[in-house]
Amino acid sequence: MSKIANKQMICEVLMEASKTDKDIVALCSDSRGSGSFTPFADAYPEQFVETGIAEQNLVSIAAGLAKCGKKAYAVSPACFLSTRSYEQAKVDVAYSNTNVKLIGISGGVSYGALGMSHHSAQDIAAMSAIPNMRVYIPSDHLQTKELVRALLKDEKPAYIRVGRNAVDPTYEEGTVPFEMDRATVVCEGTDVAIIACGEMVKPAKDAAAILKEQGISAEVIDMYCVKPLDKEAVVKAAQKVKAVITVEEHAPFGGLGSMVSQVVGSECPRRVINMSLPDAPVITGTSQEVFDYYGLNAEGIAKKAAELVK
Amino acid sequence: MENLTVLSYDLRKDVIEIICAGKAGHIGGDMSVIDTLITLYFKQMNISTENMDDPDRDRFVMSKGHSVEALYAVLAKKGFFGLDEVLEGFSKFGSKFIGHPNNKLPGIEMNSGSLGHGLPVCVGMALAGKMNRQDYRVYTVMGDGELAEGSVWEGAMAASHYKLDNLCAVVDRNRLQISGNTEDVMHHDDLHERFRSFGWNVIDVENGNSIEQLDAAFNKAKTVKGRPTVLIANTVKGCGSPVMENKAGWHHHVPNEEEYIQIMKDLDERKEAALHE
Ligand SMILES: Cc1ncc(C[n+]2csc(CCOP(=O)(O)OP(=O)(O)O)c2C)c(N)n1
Repeated sequence: MSKIANKQMICEVLMEASKTDKDIVALCSDSRGSGSFTPFADAYPEQFVETGIAEQNLVSIAAGLAKCGKKAYAVSPACFLSTRSYEQAKVDVAYSNTNVKLIGISGGVSYGALGMSHHSAQDIAAMSAIPNMRVYIPSDHLQTKELVRALLKDEKPAYIRVGRNAVDPTYEEGTVPFEMDRATVVCEGTDVAIIACGEMVKPAKDAAAILKEQGISAEVIDMYCVKPLDKEAVVKAAQKVKAVITVEEHAPFGGLGSMVSQVVGSECPRRVINMSLPDAPVITGTSQEVFDYYGLNAEGIAKKAAELVK
Repeated sequence: MENLTVLSYDLRKDVIEIICAGKAGHIGGDMSVIDTLITLYFKQMNISTENMDDPDRDRFVMSKGHSVEALYAVLAKKGFFGLDEVLEGFSKFGSKFIGHPNNKLPGIEMNSGSLGHGLPVCVGMALAGKMNRQDYRVYTVMGDGELAEGSVWEGAMAASHYKLDNLCAVVDRNRLQISGNTEDVMHHDDLHERFRSFGWNVIDVENGNSIEQLDAAFNKAKTVKGRPTVLIANTVKGCGSPVMENKAGWHHHVPNEEEYIQIMKDLDERKEAALHE
């Protein structure tokens, strides 16, 4: 099974589209290497803008380009893009409604041992709270490909967070179920619903397999469209099950868990458990070590689910 | 008095060991900045394990926080923690020796890692010194790529506005950043003129890897009243071995075994030469 990093897939889709679409512009802030965008910069130098280490500048320039007809893709580490240039995202992108796609690379705790300055565990909360900002966190490179193709067709702001490393795909080449702004049901179940996004979807899927062996039927939902949240999918799943678990690579507040809880609480009350990173600087380690420590892996999710439906 | 140039090669070797042990780190910027750190910690600043809580101590903020391995080597030599602790823990699971400065560790004032914060924070520290009529000095070191952050220039503006002559910034002018030459990525020349136009006293350090030249520049900075001073330290990224010198790819490369052996050999040779100078 081939696997490439989601960020590399974003670059590949944009390079393919740039063959014919000369309005696509990619922008980097000394981040073309880490963003896997060096091939784009080399192939389309006239469609590439380097701002140096200046994330605020990056986002405002992208907004200006977009206002004058360009399709701007601003590529920078998610930690800086979502906090350093937060106001630029709010005012110049969302509020002024410019066609800027903010590509947050190495999101969540991808930068493991580099510490809290390099983690983006509050980006879902921050970006989702901005009116007119959409938030997408694709789970694998195959879904990323579909997502970026869909984003190329619209002219609205969006924030897309992807991780640093290639992850095991959730889907299979050629049969990727994808509908824009509709959650993907990875597998159906009747005892517990696990709603996850990004790198947490694969472990959620694996958890369902573990649970099946224990006689527990788990539904897994890939909520790559964190905003606009697919409420219908949440309600539909919640109605079938006894309890809901959300799993995300994010702080405990204001993320996928909060949003799902709001919907379930008001539409079809069920017990909801949120699995997330802690409200503290995370322990030093690779992202896998961090996930394992906080139980954000297949075993941890399965254990929580089993406890819940017991 | 110890030969600090000799020490600089010993500490460079410590940095290489730290990076190889943790399989991570920002080797190029470590090697360019280490002489600045040595000059500050061993010649200039009144900072030691004894006075680290003294309100009158000099303050240092590592604005280019990614060069933390060089800071670890220097702070270990100063006795703030053991080098073996760093070697054992750096970048590993559960360790407090992470890839950027963290003030849970003794000897580190401020957390950093996101570029463009150090100078404005130092403006605050220097202002507090003025308000309290204390005579400590405040130092920070920035990368040249880092200067693209607007916050650096907001800090620069405030520092001269408040006449912060107790503040001295260093630019580690190695002319490289991750994506290549700074002048290609986002140019900064004429950097001296830029700082001057912001009301700063500018000192050019021709060889920013010479502890002697750095020391003289810091001394000169202390005599300048009514303005902050910036040292433009013309350094070599990767300074210490031709294997890594002036190579953009060595921003955060971890040496393989062959490279490790050659680098250590080169460092030993330069150390030997420094011993006989
Ligand atoms: C705000 C921010 N943006 C991006 C980065 C990622 N980053 C780490 S080091 C670096 C390059 C730094 O170049 P420079 O300042 O010249 O330092 P040096 O060459 O001395 O290592 C970048 C872009 C960061 N740490 N902080």
